[in-house]
Amino acid sequence: MNTTSANNPPLPPTPAFNMLRTLGLVATLSGLLVVLSYQVTLPMIERNKQQAIEKALYKVVPGAVQRKDFVAIEERIELLDTQPEGTLLYAGYDQTGQLKGIALETAAAGYQDVIRLLYGYDPYCQCIRGIQVLKMAETPGIGDKIIKDARFQQNFEALEARMHPSGKGLQQAIVPVKQGNKTEAWQIDAISGATISSNAVARMLNETSQHMVPIIMKNLPIMEQF
Amino acid sequence: MASLPNQQETITLDTFLRGLWQENPVFVMLLGMCPVLAVTNSAINALAMGLASTFVLVASNSLVSLMRHFIPKQVRIATYIIIIATFVTMVDYAIQAISLELYNALGAFIQLIVVNCMILGRAEAYASKQRLGATIINGLGIGAGFTFALLCLGIVREILGAGSLFGFDLFGDQFQPWVVMILPPGGFFVLGAWLLLFNWLRTRREAKLLETEGAPHDG
Amino acid sequence: MPDLKITTDLRTSPHLKQVVTVPQIMRNVVYALLPVCAYSVFAFGLSVLLLLITTTLTCILTEWLYCRLADKPSSLDDWSIVITGLLLALTLPPGFPLWMAAVAAFVAVGLGKALFGGLGYNVMNPALVGRAFVQAAFPVAITTWTPPFLPGRFQELIPTTLTQPFMIPPDINGWIEQQRVDAFSGATPLALQKFEQIITPLPDLVLGSIAGSAGETSALIIILGGLYLAARKMLDWRIPVAVMAGAIIIALPLWLVDAARYPDPLFVLFSGGLMLGAVFMASDMVASPVTPWGVWIYGLFIGMLTVVIRLFGGLTEGVMYAILLGNAISPLISNMTQPRIFGSRDS
Repeated sequence: MNTTSANNPPLPPTPAFNMLRTLGLVATLSGLLVVLSYQVTLPMIERNKQQAIEKALYKVVPGAVQRKDFVAIEERIELLDTQPEGTLLYAGYDQTGQLKGIALETAAAGYQDVIRLLYGYDPYCQCIRGIQVLKMAETPGIGDKIIKDARFQQNFEALEARMHPSGKGLQQAIVPVKQGNKTEAWQIDAISGATISSNAVARMLNETSQHMVPIIMKNLPIMEQF
Repeated sequence: MASLPNQQETITLDTFLRGLWQENPVFVMLLGMCPVLAVTNSAINALAMGLASTFVLVASNSLVSLMRHFIPKQVRIATYIIIIATFVTMVDYAIQAISLELYNALGAFIQLIVVNCMILGRAEAYASKQRLGATIINGLGIGAGFTFALLCLGIVREILGAGSLFGFDLFGDQFQPWVVMILPPGGFFVLGAWLLLFNWLRTRREAKLLETEGAPHDG
Repeated sequence: MPDLKITTDLRTSPHLKQVVTVPQIMRNVVYALLPVCAYSVFAFGLSVLLLLITTTLTCILTEWLYCRLADKPSSLDDWSIVITGLLLALTLPPGFPLWMAAVAAFVAVGLGKALFGGLGYNVMNPALVGRAFVQAAFPVAITTWTPPFLPGRFQELIPTTLTQPFMIPPDINGWIEQQRVDAFSGATPLALQKFEQIITPLPDLVLGSIAGSAGETSALIIILGGLYLAARKMLDWRIPVAVMAGAIIIALPLWLVDAARYPDPLFVLFSGGLMLGAVFMASDMVASPVTPWGVWIYGLFIGMLTVVIRLFGGLTEGVMYAILLGNAISPLISNMTQPRIFGSRDS
């Protein structure tokens, strides 16, 4: 520390100009550096994000090797342009361009934080073919069983999400049941001990499907052509 | 500001080693406890956090050292924070570009490097008074000490809590993970254990010095 | 008897009285615990015997190591460490893997006692510190229960007991089915009540023919042990009484309002570890308050918190956390309930 200050006369006050000069200089430099690094990393970050989506998409839509992005604007589905303004849909196709399924993003509050996941919807069997957790903060060893528990994953081999004949919502809501009590195709066998996390998955799948499945079914032809 | 009584440090090996051992930011100074406890649940997270903090520390302190004669006393904290925040933002982008998975695992703690008192403390106590060379070497030492400490915690917590190291499975699938170790309490347990060990080593060394020299060594 | 000869030698005060030493108290607590241990071995078989031996030996070893490292005279002969070992084993499930029990014992003595400076300085009950650690570390193993009074319990061990160190214990559902126990669901009375609204009959709870931790099953023997200690003035009887009263204060009104949803107060008292905790753990002399009023507040707090955790929390049993929290606030309670010095006035 400055131990000699007692002997020295007090420093003259710093002119305001000096402060402005330093702060201005530092702020300019800071802005330059931030913009520079943003410009450099942007393409890489974009590529990473695309890769992450593709990896998840091919997992939740079995058989898919190619993809095309669509956007749902109210009741319509269109090919994704540069500016997305609705719900994003990722359609997965096999080698011959045959539509294999559509991946949607959904989210709901879990035990600790929001769980975000991507799930694959097969419009031909009207069922959910797989889920992939994108982001979560569930307790390791308990809540993270929604990723690791093989029994729980079996729920999503063919989870029914059939459109209601009236064209509004689902015929049967997706509901969680206690472990070992699954009897119907639209029920999710919850993990005992991780009820909150399991219920969150069921709730978000139900909510998003209630809204999106009728839209997908009505606009299926657009997405079928590759 | 030239009237400040600056004792310029000449660069020796000690300039670097001090941060690693004698003035270790975690085990001796107990600085930056937030990332130390929060992101050391695996070795890779610990390493990434350590390297990111080291980069911010060295880069920001170099800039502070270069500008040390131009920063008026009244606005120095504001200036330091802007400089540190700039480099943190750069690291934030860089980690996103390297791996999204890592970015998600580290979460908000990358942004929180801004308020790591280790970095601000170094800027105030060292970089604002020393030449560029000494600042860089010292910063590297402190950063290495921080990374080393984080790794110490991360390795123990990952081995016990997940049975793996840097993501590689060590013991096969029959291993019983100690769930508590990757939860927040595990951070406190492991940090406590390491502190115990290092303090014990230090008291032993000091006792030995006392024995051989017959007088307390001035450290 | 007319020819009574007075042999009493009358003297003026002060009368010298033999001081009760720490080892004496501790030895008597061990005596009071032995029947609980014996009954537990009788009910669950050899596995519990091994569990008791493992925890006690590990505790002794840790304490010995601590005394050596800290250059302190050995504190093994005050018996307190044996109590920690026995109590810890009694709070664990009968088939708890021995290596995990050893971890629990090491943490109990190392973290719960030695780090604070040994006997008399611990902030919390060491046995419960050890148990809390393994509860967080091995959540599955510590909730794996086995039925009592299996026919082969003295010939073979519960398969999980001899799990290799650091390995996952094997699944024992198949083994339990082999034992041909009628309709054992692997749940304790508390879990049955909480998740399936099945109330276990009271005689079973009192006598201990139920699943649960090794030592929490027979309330009767625990009470007898407590009475013995209280009679010898080696246990502050107010603490167990206050804990039970606290439990009833919460449980009774709830039960009166909605008997279908909430268990009756007797069930609350006799199920789970409440009795063991109230008699042997909450009454830990070091970690409980010392003032007359403080003791009541402390006991009531633990009893009420236990029932609140059980009925409204995510866990089925809350005694452990309730006592640990009670321990944590007991210095505060002691401070706030200092008796007024006679003749002084409130400031």
